[in-house]
Amino acid sequence: MNKTVNQKAWFFVAPVLILVAFNAIVPLMTVVNYSVQETFGDNVFFWAGLRWFEEILRSPRFHDALGRQLFFTGTILAIEVPLGVIIALAMPRKGPWVSVCLVLMAMPLLIPWNVVGAMWNIFGLPELGLLGKTLNTIGFDYNYTRQPGDAWFTLILMDVWHWTSLVVLLAYAGLVSIPDAYYQAARIDGASSWAIFRYIQLPKMKRVLTIAVLLRFMDSFNIYTEPSVLTGGGPGNSTTLLSIDLVKIALGQFDLGPAAAMSLIYFLVILLFSWIFYTAMTRGEEQ
Amino acid sequence: MARAKWLIPTIYIIFLMLPIYWLVSMSFKTTNEILGSFTLWPQNFTLENYRTIFTDPTWYNGYINSIIYVTINTVLSVTVALPAAYAFSRYRFLGDKHLFFWLLTNRMAPAAVFALPFFQLYSAIGIFDTHLAVALAHTLFNVPLAVWILEGFMSGVPKQLDETAYVDGYSFPAFFVKIFIPTIAAGVGVAAFFCFMFSWVELLLAKTLTAVAAKPIAATMTKTASSSGYELGLLAAAGTLTIIPGAIVIYFVRNYIAKGFALGRV
Repeated sequence: MNKTVNQKAWFFVAPVLILVAFNAIVPLMTVVNYSVQETFGDNVFFWAGLRWFEEILRSPRFHDALGRQLFFTGTILAIEVPLGVIIALAMPRKGPWVSVCLVLMAMPLLIPWNVVGAMWNIFGLPELGLLGKTLNTIGFDYNYTRQPGDAWFTLILMDVWHWTSLVVLLAYAGLVSIPDAYYQAARIDGASSWAIFRYIQLPKMKRVLTIAVLLRFMDSFNIYTEPSVLTGGGPGNSTTLLSIDLVKIALGQFDLGPAAAMSLIYFLVILLFSWIFYTAMTRGEEQ
Repeated sequence: MARAKWLIPTIYIIFLMLPIYWLVSMSFKTTNEILGSFTLWPQNFTLENYRTIFTDPTWYNGYINSIIYVTINTVLSVTVALPAAYAFSRYRFLGDKHLFFWLLTNRMAPAAVFALPFFQLYSAIGIFDTHLAVALAHTLFNVPLAVWILEGFMSGVPKQLDETAYVDGYSFPAFFVKIFIPTIAAGVGVAAFFCFMFSWVELLLAKTLTAVAAKPIAATMTKTASSSGYELGLLAAAGTLTIIPGAIVIYFVRNYIAKGFALGRV
């Protein structure tokens, strides 16, 4: 759509701007403020310069948490995106089952995050949970509170359970927007189902899938509540992702300086990746 | 191959339902049964857990608090987002693209980063432990989302609608309220649904910004989990009750939910 230039449009945007600025800029400046100072309590602060940033960037603890975070995000993206597309392709296009599928699939998305964590915590208990008991009965030595591998397995399975539906819904929305005429033309040309997927369905899903990847990337990088309820970052530190580590430092140890510096680095990492995705997405829109 | 296609969604839905089933079935069991033996369904069916929740004010107040701040947040977010989304969808203005991206960055901000500054800010202006505090904090990610979704829906409405209305002698506010908003009613519904959803499921900020008076149900649950040890049945019942509001609202937007997740851009 060709838009008219109108500077008065700022008045329409003003309420949003005031509200979000109040909520975003004031806290962000608080974080920046802490990140360059040191405190020993009693509201006495000393200038610390960039010391916290150097310390965080050099600390193995941050590197480990970042590594775990990247591994987590990479793994869930690699599972959820293809799986979501496969399920969307297999879903019915018409008829009463469509609503049933959509409502049931959307269910996990509306469960409070700590309930998701608690639910999987119960589900995976080796003696009391359906998943834990089943795995142990068929011969696996499964205990997510003791073995790091099992904790990771449960964590990733939980996220796949929680968020694959988001990819399904988006991919499905892209698929139903393809007019029937495209398929008819493909049938006349004798196109194989792979060719239909590759040259008709995939290009049509490109934009919604970019949104899916963007949302899944941002949310999985920010994930806090579910793993903290499920494993609390344990056993040991094996599932301590960035947010969990940050909350431990900020609210647990009350080390405001390092926590603030870590917050900013963390935020910048997300910002960088998201900017790349966003640019890719809007470029697709302009074409 | 084509005939077995229905198997894939079916297996996926069964996988989705299993943990939910386990939670619901556990909520109808007695503590003795949960800890005593492994049973696939409740042997001694009991409503005791639900009775506790509906009679104990610390429990049911949690639900009321959650619903109050979610409602305030939804109304607030959609109201301020409507004119902004209109501006983004119809006009070009200085810095519009940067502003749009800046709004999105707030959707990306990790709640963990903002928890402590929010606590200090809201304590300083004296609204700590009120429903308004949580509702305001949640606008941080819900307003950008609402703007995005509404802008997507509004861009789908041809500009001729606006022009015709002016020719017919409508003033801008009259046009916006009487013609434009009804036209994108589905979009408003979807935006409201998403605000409801993300405010309902968020816990970290809601927990940090409340103590007693506005404590959300989710926080009551975590406290129970840690303080009274192994009351799994009660925890399961409380969890089951938190699923119900979502299941109800989802039914109303089922046909638009995918479009909403695509931020109105399909």
